[in-house]
Amino acid sequence: MHLTKDEEALLESNSSVAKLMEILVALGKIYGAERLIPIHSSHISGISYQNIGDEGLEWLESLNAKVVVKTTVNPAGMDLVKWEAMVDKDFYSKQIRIIKALEKIGAEISLTCTPYYLYDVKFGMHLAWAESSAIIYANSIIGARTNRESGISAIASAVIGKTPYYGLHIKENRAPNVLIKAANFDPSALGYHVGRILKHDQIPIFRFEKTLSKDELKSLGAALAATGNVAIFHVENQTPEWKNFEIPKEKIEIDGFEIKNECEPDLIAIGCPHLSKDELLQVLKLLEKEKKTVKRELWLFTSRYVANKNKEIVEKIESFNAKVFCDTCMVVSPITEKFECVMVNSGKALTYLPKLRGVKVKFGSLKECIKTALN
Amino acid sequence: MKFRGRTISKGYAEGEALVSSNNISFLGDVDVETGMVVADDIDIAGKSIKNKILVFPSGRGSTVGTYVLLRMKKKNTAPKAIVNVETEPIIAVGAILAEIPLIDKLTFKSELIDPLKYIKSGDYIVVNATEGWVEVNEDC
Repeated sequence: MHLTKDEEALLESNSSVAKLMEILVALGKIYGAERLIPIHSSHISGISYQNIGDEGLEWLESLNAKVVVKTTVNPAGMDLVKWEAMVDKDFYSKQIRIIKALEKIGAEISLTCTPYYLYDVKFGMHLAWAESSAIIYANSIIGARTNRESGISAIASAVIGKTPYYGLHIKENRAPNVLIKAANFDPSALGYHVGRILKHDQIPIFRFEKTLSKDELKSLGAALAATGNVAIFHVENQTPEWKNFEIPKEKIEIDGFEIKNECEPDLIAIGCPHLSKDELLQVLKLLEKEKKTVKRELWLFTSRYVANKNKEIVEKIESFNAKVFCDTCMVVSPITEKFECVMVNSGKALTYLPKLRGVKVKFGSLKECIKTALN
Repeated sequence: MKFRGRTISKGYAEGEALVSSNNISFLGDVDVETGMVVADDIDIAGKSIKNKILVFPSGRGSTVGTYVLLRMKKKNTAPKAIVNVETEPIIAVGAILAEIPLIDKLTFKSELIDPLKYIKSGDYIVVNATEGWVEVNEDC
């Protein structure tokens, strides 16, 4: 890989910066990148103490570096305000140390998997994002360009301001190679299914009978990225880049599929990825239609940014005894382990809850989830 | 014999080689507390990688394993150095964080070679990942 003189000098600088540069160079070599390119922003995953433990915490604290581009961070293991309902004091103090360490390097404590709601991410921008659901959203729905970064490589890129030029930063590598024809399925369920059947390097383009909202595309992408090795998809007539490429010859027709649903939910958890304003409104409407308070625990997850901007909606939702949490989610918070069966409308949560939190899961559409919560 | 290689993580180490022909994940395949290989589908199962120069093809499995090598280094159960046929990102980043020398894509007289054919478990080998070479001494 070719490095400029300035880039070479970074390898000899103070030890944190040199090590982070070493990481970018190593990744560039492995993936055959010819050089580094500047990035617009970075998004860091691996924020919950539950996921990174003491080693991750200590490594973050050892960093002596500052980010040079806009840098946001993924959800933590708890709501920073309502933490007592979720974690014990020891967890709280460890999680706060992680957040302080991120603050020290100059990251914004956004604590959300939907950084694209916080600022204007534009078509064609080069990014270094971790968090598979945000990556696939940026690539597919916005048309920005990012590879699947890890938490650590995202930090390296945030501090250096660059990323190795390979993979999805290059237009040719963004072309679809399989056409998926699907009738009217729940987008999240469809993503969950398609991610499982795609081969390792397949990029899908979908042909739908109707137009999907951005929120529906978000759910589709998050599920695809959870069950498959997918970081970009296209939708005919709907996503910004589909016209740039030929329609692939290989076709898969989706007629139907089953998702295992075997338990009686004691928690209904919505907001994986974090809810948008429109999604909060949808929940509120469904609750208002029934005019009764929830009978089972109904937890909603969103970013503090979106919650603060929509306080009235949040308060109304909470008047139905549903709980709205910020800064965290059902996948990264240990609190979920206290339940036996969690009902979700997210293909991503359906994939990760059994693996990471050891709970049983049940899938339903948003409507079905709210109905279950009320009865 | 001396081979050139591609530096992934800088550093120098010498010691006894432990060679596996299987792909290894440090998360799950190895016990962090002891350095013992616990995955029974790996040919060096039951052996300890602690303080060895670990030679194997590449990584496998989970992407959340990056901090594992760092944890092993702190617990003093990590390998002294790693030689891969061709490495992958999780092991590469983990090795850099933990300051474990890592070299791959070995060549002899500019020809790419398979280190598994030239290095046997028990060989005494020197890894200079900073300068990008590996030396194998069969009489250990």
